[in-house]
Amino acid sequence: MTADTTLITTSLDTDRRRTALVQLTVAAIAITLTLVAASVLAPIADITDLSARRQPPSWQHPFGTDRLGRDMLARTVVGLRLSLGIGALAALISAAIALVIGSVAGVVGRWVDAAVSWLVDLFLSLPHLVLLILIAVAVGRGIRGVLIAVALTHWPTLTRVLRAEARRVTASEYVTVARRLGRSETSIATGHLSRHLGPHLMVGTILLFPHAILHEAALSFLGLGLPPHAPAIGILLADAMRELSAGSWWLALLPGLALLLVVKAVDAIGQQIRALTDPWSVHA
Amino acid sequence: MLNRRVARFIGVRSARLVLLLAGVAVGAFLLLEASPLDPVDAYVGAEIARVGPEQRAMIAERWGFDDPAPVKFARWIGNVAQGDLGTSSIFNAPVTEVISTRFRTSLTLLAAAWVLSGIIGFTFGVIAAMRRDRLADKVIRWLAYTFASAPTFWVGLLMLALFAVQLGWAPVCCATPIGVDPATATLGQRLAHLALPAITLSLIGIAPIALHTREQVIDVLASDHVTFARAQGEKGWPLIRHRVLRNAAVPAFTLQFASLSELLGGSILAEQVFNYPGLGRATVEAGLRGDLPLLLGIALFAALFVYIGNLLGDIIATRIDPRISLLDRKVGS
Repeated sequence: MTADTTLITTSLDTDRRRTALVQLTVAAIAITLTLVAASVLAPIADITDLSARRQPPSWQHPFGTDRLGRDMLARTVVGLRLSLGIGALAALISAAIALVIGSVAGVVGRWVDAAVSWLVDLFLSLPHLVLLILIAVAVGRGIRGVLIAVALTHWPTLTRVLRAEARRVTASEYVTVARRLGRSETSIATGHLSRHLGPHLMVGTILLFPHAILHEAALSFLGLGLPPHAPAIGILLADAMRELSAGSWWLALLPGLALLLVVKAVDAIGQQIRALTDPWSVHA
Repeated sequence: MLNRRVARFIGVRSARLVLLLAGVAVGAFLLLEASPLDPVDAYVGAEIARVGPEQRAMIAERWGFDDPAPVKFARWIGNVAQGDLGTSSIFNAPVTEVISTRFRTSLTLLAAAWVLSGIIGFTFGVIAAMRRDRLADKVIRWLAYTFASAPTFWVGLLMLALFAVQLGWAPVCCATPIGVDPATATLGQRLAHLALPAITLSLIGIAPIALHTREQVIDVLASDHVTFARAQGEKGWPLIRHRVLRNAAVPAFTLQFASLSELLGGSILAEQVFNYPGLGRATVEAGLRGDLPLLLGIALFAALFVYIGNLLGDIIATRIDPRISLLDRKVGS
């Protein structure tokens, strides 16, 4: 390799790291702004103004108003805050389940491993939405129902990843050497296993988050999630569906677009952190 | 020898299916048993105000609603084994009948969306790989990632707002025109009602197949046999057609069959938006109005559908790629 090509690859690497950092920052700022806007606009989200019903977007109401004259921008950002909250909590619970089950399967013997694999297969054997509906019906609707349904259905894929990683580490030569040197299982778990599982867990959790948000919105949209008066994105879009024939297109377009952007922002955060923590994906 | 291996394959796969369905049955039953919904309420439905406590007790007695859970489960699973999934309270018909009529309506939608997403996704994937890192590739990848994060029901709403309400090109709802007996609707009317939901539903499947095919084609383009073909002067579309497509098609088919699960889930949302009277709408209705027998039936049916989809994918892969054998591979992957 000549000096020239080395120079080119290095500058490319720093460039990719820089893009990753820039994208990460932009996405984080976008999410923070959404949360700040939600706290500022929350008080007016439920104020009805019957003199300003079904108004298309304007400077006064950038997202227009609904059939009761409520400001859609305020309702959308409050809904996004709700989605982010439920998504974050559900993703954390899912990740905790995945961590426990995945590492137990990867470390303990064959039977546990087979049982866990079967359980993962069982959860993946139904379409995700069907499973969500079953759980939502079982625990009852409302915020608790959505949270439980979304939290209980997002662990299987992450469990697979963590299990595979745990098995790879426990079967590796340096762990065998550590065992022969008399290191205890606990010290192997804290010293080797946790360091390998950590990054996977963090990135996996963040990447679960968009799915959790979208599934919460879908469940609420179907009427099986949050209560009909809550300003959740799914509810806003279900309302918009009923208003569609009246020509109120902004009720559907703008809240959905905002949701899409937030989901993409969260996804970008996950992808960029993966790029920054995993040396292979940056120096590829 | 071969027959014994085929028999073993069928045996193992059937055993896995039975075990899986048993798991789904137990799990779904336990879930719905824990549900706060009152089965008597679901049974009487709209008549709720006219039913007194004595009648409620009689209904519970007649249908065994107050029996302990194991007794109820044993009764239900015994009936299921005989092909009787119980009676749907909201449709007032046997669950098997509701599922089969509803699924037949959904099948057109599912098939249309599945074929569309397969063809569009595969084509996009091949184009992206051929134009790697150029504009077409970047646009396709950007679109794929965006579609992957766009909620299906929102895309459906936009389609509805634009093509049905604003432009008036497509009907606003249902599978056949309102006021026309579904049995007498013409093919043209059916297609017009199918177009928007099918396109909406196909968008879910395009992204994974396009991105996967892109990776696959890039890999194949870097392989020795393509280098050799290039050295012999082959290039452009003929090179892709003769040396690459078949190799890239195998994983695409497998993935496409594996996506049936997501397709069925997405159809629930698409049918809700377009008011399409298929199995997805029935699932939502059953969930909203607490029709537990129907929900249980749909859960079992969905598991069976997904399993058969994956199995078909595996079998078709062996038909395209003679190197893959169902029998040599460790069964159960």
